[in-house]
Formats: sequence, structure tokens, C-alpha cells
Amino acid sequence: MSSIVVAPNEIVLPLGKRVRDSLRRFFAGDLFHSFRRSPVTVAAFIVTVLLFAVALLASWIAPHDTANLSTLILSDARLPPWGVTDAVGTSGASKFVLGTDDQGRDMLSAMMFGLQISLAVGFASVILAAVFGTALGLFSGYVGGPIDSLIMRIADVQLTFPAILIALMIDGIAAGVLPRGLHDEVKVYVLVLAIAASQWVHFARTVRGSTLVEKGKEYVQAARVIGVHPVRIMLRHVLPNVMGPVLVIGTLSLAIAVLTEATLSFLGVGVPVTRPSLGTLIRIGQQYLFSGEWWMTIFPSVVLVVLVLAVNLLGDWLRDALNPKLR
Amino acid sequence: MDPAAYGNRPLLVVRDLRIEFPTRRATLVAVDGVSFHIDEGEVLGVVGESGAGKSLTGAAIIGLLEPPGRIAAGSVTLAGRRIDNLPYEEMRRIRGSQIGMVFQDPLTSLNPLYTVGRQLIETLQTHLDLSQQAARARAIELLGEVGIPSPQLRVDQYPHEFSGGMRQRVVIALALCVNPRLIIADEPTTALDVSIQAQIITLLKRLCREHGAAVMLITHDMGVIAETADRVAVMYAGRIAEVGRVDQVIKRARHPYTDGLMGSIPKVGTDADRLTQIEGSMPRLTEIPAGCAFHPRCPKVFERCTHERPDLASVDGAQVACWLYAGAPAEAIDRV
Amino acid sequence: MLAFIVQRLFQAVVVMLVVGLIAFALFQFVGDPVNNMLGPEGSTEQREALRERLGLNDPVPLQFLHYLRNVVHGEFGLSYRMGKPVDELLVERLPATIELVGVSAIIALLIGVPMGVYTGLHRNSWLSRVFLTVSLVGISLPTFVIGIVMILVFGVWLGWLPTFGRGGVVDVGGWQSSLLTARGWSHVLMPATTLALFQLTLIMRLVRAEMLEVLRTDYIKFARARGLRNRSVNFGHALKNTLVPVMTITGLQIGSLLAFSIITETVFAWPGMGLLFLQGIQFVDIPVMSSYLVLMAFFFVLINLTVDLLYYAVDPRLRIEHTGGGAH
Repeated sequence: MSSIVVAPNEIVLPLGKRVRDSLRRFFAGDLFHSFRRSPVTVAAFIVTVLLFAVALLASWIAPHDTANLSTLILSDARLPPWGVTDAVGTSGASKFVLGTDDQGRDMLSAMMFGLQISLAVGFASVILAAVFGTALGLFSGYVGGPIDSLIMRIADVQLTFPAILIALMIDGIAAGVLPRGLHDEVKVYVLVLAIAASQWVHFARTVRGSTLVEKGKEYVQAARVIGVHPVRIMLRHVLPNVMGPVLVIGTLSLAIAVLTEATLSFLGVGVPVTRPSLGTLIRIGQQYLFSGEWWMTIFPSVVLVVLVLAVNLLGDWLRDALNPKLR
Repeated sequence: MDPAAYGNRPLLVVRDLRIEFPTRRATLVAVDGVSFHIDEGEVLGVVGESGAGKSLTGAAIIGLLEPPGRIAAGSVTLAGRRIDNLPYEEMRRIRGSQIGMVFQDPLTSLNPLYTVGRQLIETLQTHLDLSQQAARARAIELLGEVGIPSPQLRVDQYPHEFSGGMRQRVVIALALCVNPRLIIADEPTTALDVSIQAQIITLLKRLCREHGAAVMLITHDMGVIAETADRVAVMYAGRIAEVGRVDQVIKRARHPYTDGLMGSIPKVGTDADRLTQIEGSMPRLTEIPAGCAFHPRCPKVFERCTHERPDLASVDGAQVACWLYAGAPAEAIDRV
Repeated sequence: MLAFIVQRLFQAVVVMLVVGLIAFALFQFVGDPVNNMLGPEGSTEQREALRERLGLNDPVPLQFLHYLRNVVHGEFGLSYRMGKPVDELLVERLPATIELVGVSAIIALLIGVPMGVYTGLHRNSWLSRVFLTVSLVGISLPTFVIGIVMILVFGVWLGWLPTFGRGGVVDVGGWQSSLLTARGWSHVLMPATTLALFQLTLIMRLVRAEMLEVLRTDYIKFARARGLRNRSVNFGHALKNTLVPVMTITGLQIGSLLAFSIITETVFAWPGMGLLFLQGIQFVDIPVMSSYLVLMAFFFVLINLTVDLLYYAVDPRLRIEHTGGGAH
């Protein structure tokens, strides 16, 4: 018997039996069914995958190498998109499909690299926040008592301050603490840390809640009585049960992280200008709005909004699909 | 008043009621062809395991079946008038004034933000033309009737200031305040302490008798039925297994399921080492067996039970859905 | 009742002290104030004199106390960048931000709450679906993008509204208000709407979620079982219970409005505190940063306190504390 699996859309794949069974169960299950039924979610998924792919492959598929400043020609600056003529009478060309910015950078390429930076920072922050938040949540829920109360109190207080403010403060403090030269180099890391710091609470609270629930269950108590090491209990028993909500929060957190990074870059305290993210591009472009050169700021805005919207839609669907109450 | 004085006029007639839940995979039938009646002023116990369809039947009668559940077939008649197909506004007028309902958990049945008095007055003024003062006076009176001490003080208190038993009394007062003719009590004592359960049940029975209201008492507790009900209907897997007078059904259960139920209740005075158990468990809605739903667990099963579903048949004044008693079809139940 | 207020006040004071400590730590550990103010040119004597004057030679706890005392008196030190006392700068900028945030909050509440109630009550109507879709887009739109698009459409293309700054300012007893002139309103409208949009969608989704939760409760079922009119059930019972938790979150939202005003002020060049703070961060102007921190914390604490009191007034369950759960 050959080991092939036939998925509903009849892709034939040679895979091992366990994977085959899991895949079969997945495609026949509730999750995939609700996914297929919602065209909006499917669209969101496709868009997200597309954008991720573009960001990943930017270095290869971008028509121009905008990071290399020596290739920029100032006379190419502020060109309108292909097919559009601006107020002064200059027409766009196919060389720069979406126009150029004030330094002659091709908008399309700049946006691709910007997308790459935005997503890189976003993912890094979310993963950091997820790992830290989950670990802290597990610890806090398991240990309980005054330590748990203290951690939750800190989390509550931090929640009352909006993410932007926290990120700004950390950024500002880092700027003051680190010597000037060093600061520029590590700016991106500080940014990731700042955004992660504003997101960890969501993970921690949910994981703690689940931990408390699992802790009360008999199999956990039995394990404790037998003498299984607490870390092992937390990792092997509690963690798998918590993965669902963590995934939902992670998706929504990614959207917020990308938004936060864009906002910080827009405000001028985000990524360094040499590697502009979408937010930076929007900021640069805003100055030229009044002279009617809208493309410099609108195109990156559109990409940003589409990205965040798609991720939010996915996260929403994931939350509804994984919610046992609504099944 | 004694139910016999009413001359056995049926107040509520449920015929062939069928409640369905359309789901993604299939349409689940939660209540399948249930028929029974309740006479004026009598207490009908509806007993069965969790999931047998008792609460759904009660919800359907009062018109509060939650979507996607819906009444797919059958009829519900109140004092000769069909109520299962009424427009919303007309049914709303019937609710509270003709049919009242008491839910299981007194803790969550009352709105925590309003005083007990306000909730009573609001209900009274919705159905009756009473001034604020008259309604308030009536509210205080009602609280006294249900046994709440110092009602003129407590009428202005909030639900969280009452204990569990007291709260259920308030709930009963609310259900009875407009003098409905039928009260549907869905597990009214399950959420209460054992010591209070008896008080509440006695109160309910007494008040309904005084107000002349019939009661549909839904519960899984046979003991409560034995104490309180005049007749009892035993439900299993969305169908009625047996209906009859309480003393009949308890002393001489006919349906094998009822028999099993009776056997599983510990009785004072019987010297038994073990309680009888019914093998297996009630089937899920998606796996109801063909023929008689109980046949896989029935100790007296025979061939016919596995593929033909038994209708209710009359046996000595009771009605049993079992092929052991096939013979006379059930007496006609609409005698209006 | 009194115990409740005292407890909350005590918590508020604790939070302020902690924040004060952090703000003070900023001064201590981040950068050198003397260096910042004098630059590299100052002579050693000047530096020493300044150190004395600033009290930098005192033991640290004493400096903290001095700092606290100054803060309470509203003295936040001198801005490194601008040389002016920070409290003057703040006072200059405060009305602009407060008015912006105030108008935004009103817009967000006046539109968000009814939308949320409607979508909660009429789950499947087409209008609800429209609202929900719009709200989903709303929380995906960053504030600055909204601002930019508004500027583009209403300012550049249509020319209806001014695109930056604050206009029509009138002095009302020391408070510089722009809400008393039509011109002032034309300036505040776009920034306020931009700021409100994000909060509006959040409030709408929140009210809707709470409404749906409440409509599933037993007491609503019981209310229907008693034959109460739909209007009473939906608005008298469901809505009132919905608003209780909504109030808390809305209060917190006002707090975040204050933070998001930074962005809006940047986009529209609105001369408020946010802009001041941002510039402070860029130039590592510690006095500005730390005083903004303290001021923000103060506002948050104040808002939390107000919300707590409101909660207390609305939910009777909080009022009976230790007088027993009612006699049986």
C-alpha cells in the first residue's frame, strides 16, 4: 500500500501514516469546515500568506534595491505612479510602477522592504511577548499565593497604560541610558523589546487562567502527589491545553505589534531611517500631501491596513473556531 | 381547591410535540412526538434523566425555545386555544399572566441591579392596570405569602441580600404574581440545599393550590414527585415512556424503564444489599435506536421492540409506550 | 462606603508614589542633568554651583523627598531643550490636549454605544453586519492613517476643513479654549474624529459583546418568561446590566485616548502635550519626560478612581460589604 493522502482538493502527497491521519482529521474536522464556509476568512488567509511571502522574498523579487543608497538618482525623485500625471505635468513610467519617494526610491521596492521590516519586528516582538508571557503565566498560575497576586497586580497596572505609551517610555529611556552611537545600532532591538513589553500581559493573563483551571484537575494533583517535577507538569500537561488561546492571542497580538511599530516609526522613534518600515514611509510621504503627491504616503498606508486587517480577520476566525462555547 | 372539583377539565394539551435542532451535520430531534395533558389545578410531574427533553418541552410550551431549536410538529393548547403558533406579542401577553415559569437557579434568575420590589411591581404593571401604590402593596402582600419575613422592609432590598432559599421564594412570588393558570417549574429545588428543598416544594404546592394554578413540575428527583405530584409523566430520550397517577406509577410501574427507575431509589424499610441498576445509559441525540428507544437496555426486550416504535397504550387508567402492553390505543385526550 | 473610598484613595497614592519613584529614577540614572543643561562648555565651578543648586549632592532619599515636594507643588524642573520651566510648558499645552480628548471621547461614546446596542439586539440585520465590518476595518486602521486620509480628502481635495494646527483660540479665565468659535471647531473636528474612530469601534464591539452575554443570562430569560415587554427587557434590564462593565472599560479608554492623542497631535500639528512629550523623547529631555509620566499617571489614577466610584453608585452588590448576606 503506497502512502499517499488525498485531501479534499485532491492534492496527492507522499507522507507518513501519522501525518496522513492528522491531515485527514483536520480536513474533515470542524476547524477546516468553518474556514471553508467563510469566504472572508479564506480571502484573509490568502492575503496574509501573500504578504508574508512578499516580505520573505523581498530581497529577490523587489525590482530595485532601495537599500543601496548609491543607486538612487535624485532626478528620479517624487515621480508619480505609472499612468498618472501629477500637478506639474510629470508622468509616471513603467520603471517605477508605483512612483518614487523624495529620495528617488522606487515605491514598490521600498514598500516590499518596509513590509519585511514591519513583519520582522512584529513577529519578533510577538514571539518574545508570547514566550515571556506564557512562561510567566504558567509560573504565576502554578505557584499561586502572594507571588501570583503580585504578578497579576503588576499586569493589571500595566494594562491601564496603553501600549504606545509603554513602548515610547522604554524607547525614550533606552535612548537616554545608552550612549549615542550604540543606541542607533541597537535601536531595532530596543524597539522589539518595547513592543514585546506592551504585549506580554495578554499572554500571561490567559495562560495563568488556564493554568489555574488545569491545576485544579485531578490528573495534575495526582502527578504532584507522585512527585513529578513541577516544570514537567507545566510543560507536558498545562501547556498543550493552553496552545489554542495562545495562538488566538498571538495572531491578534501580531496585528497590534505591527500597528505599534508603524505608529512608532511614524512618530519618528521607531526603526532607523536607513531601513524604513511602512510607518517610516508614511511619515516621509505625509509632507508631500499638500503638494498633491499622494502616492508616497497612500500606498504604504494601504499595504499596512490590508496586512493588519487580514491578520485581524484570521485572528477573529481563529477565536470563534477554537471557542468551545460557540460550537 | 381540590383538583377533582374542577371536573377534570384539561387546561394544557400537548399533542405529538416534536422539537428539532437543525445543525450542520444533521437535524437532531430532541423531543419526538410527546403527548400529555394537565388538568386544571393538578400537579403533573415530568421526570427523567438529564437530556431526556423535559426542559425543552417546558420551554416550548411557554414559547421560549431558543433558536436554532424549533417546534417542528405537534400542537400546544391552553384552555382550548392553540398557543404554539401565536405571534410574538400575543404570546408575550400569555407569558406571566396565563403561564408562569420558575427556573432552577435562584441566584441567576433575578436581576442583581434592581430591588425585589421593583421587579415585582414591573411584572404586575405590565399585565394589570395597577397604580404604583397598589402594585407596591400587592408586591408586599405577595412577599408575605411566600413566607418572607418583614416584607415591607425587604421589598426594597436587592437580590444579593437574600439567601438562596429566600431568593427562590421571591422567584415563586414573581411567577405567581399575576395569577397564571399554569406554572412550569423547571428543577425548582435542584440548586438549593437539601434542608430547604422540602420547604420550597411545599410552598409551591400550597400556593398553587390556593391560587388555583396547575403545575408542570420538571425534575429528575422521584422523591419530590412522590410527595408533590398528582400525576407523573416519565420521559426517556425525548419520548414519553409512561404517564399515570403517581401512586399507580410508583407502586406498580409498568414501563421497564420506570421500573428500573423505581428500583434504583433507596427505600426505607426494604432490606436490599444493592440498588438495581439499569445497564447502559440514555442514548445521545445522534444515536437514538430504531423502534423503542429503550430496547438496548430493556430486560424484557423482544423482537418487535427493535424495529417498531410503540405508541402510548392505555393500561388501567395509565398510559404506557411499551409493546408489552400493546392493545387498546390511548384514550382520546381532547375532551373540551 | 467610606471604607471603600479610603481604600481606593490609598491605592491611588501608592501608585502615584511608585510612578514618582520611576520618574525620579529617570533623573538619577539617565543622563547627566548638569551636562544637559550646561553643555560641554561649562567650567568646573559652574558645574559645582549648578550641582549645589539642583541639590544633586544630597543623599538620594532626600533628593527623592525634594522631588516629591516639587511635584506636589507643580514644579517639574527646567526643560533641557527649551530652558523654560516644564510646568509652564505643560500649562500652555494642556488645554489643547484636554479639549481634543474631551471632544473625541464624546464623539466615541455618542456613536459607539448606540451602535453597540443595536448590533447586540439585532444580531442578524444587514445594518448590523455593515457596522461589524466597518468596525473590523476600524480597529485595523492605525490612527495616523485615518488622519492622513482625512487630511487628504477633506483638506487637500475638498478643501472643507483646515489641515493643521489649532485655530480660533479664546482666553477663558486663563484657559485657552478653541471650542467657543466656529473657526476653532473647524480645526478640532478632524483631529477629534480621527482620535475617536479607533475608540468608537472598540466601544461598539465591547458593548455588543456585553449585550450578547447579558441577553443569554437567566434573569433575562426569566424576565421574558414573565411576559415583560421587549422594550423593558432590552433596555430596562439588559442595557443597564451591560453598561456596568462597559463603564470600566470606557474609563480606561479615556486613558488611552490621552496616549493616542500623541499620534493625532503629530499628524495634525496640534499644539498639545503629546507633541511636547514626543519632542522630549527625541531630545532625551528628562524633565519633560518624567513630568509627562507623572501627569499621565495622575490622570489615569483620577479616571480609575472616578470609574470605581461610578461603579459603586450603579451596582448595588458593592454597597453591602460586611452587613451579612441577608437573614434567612
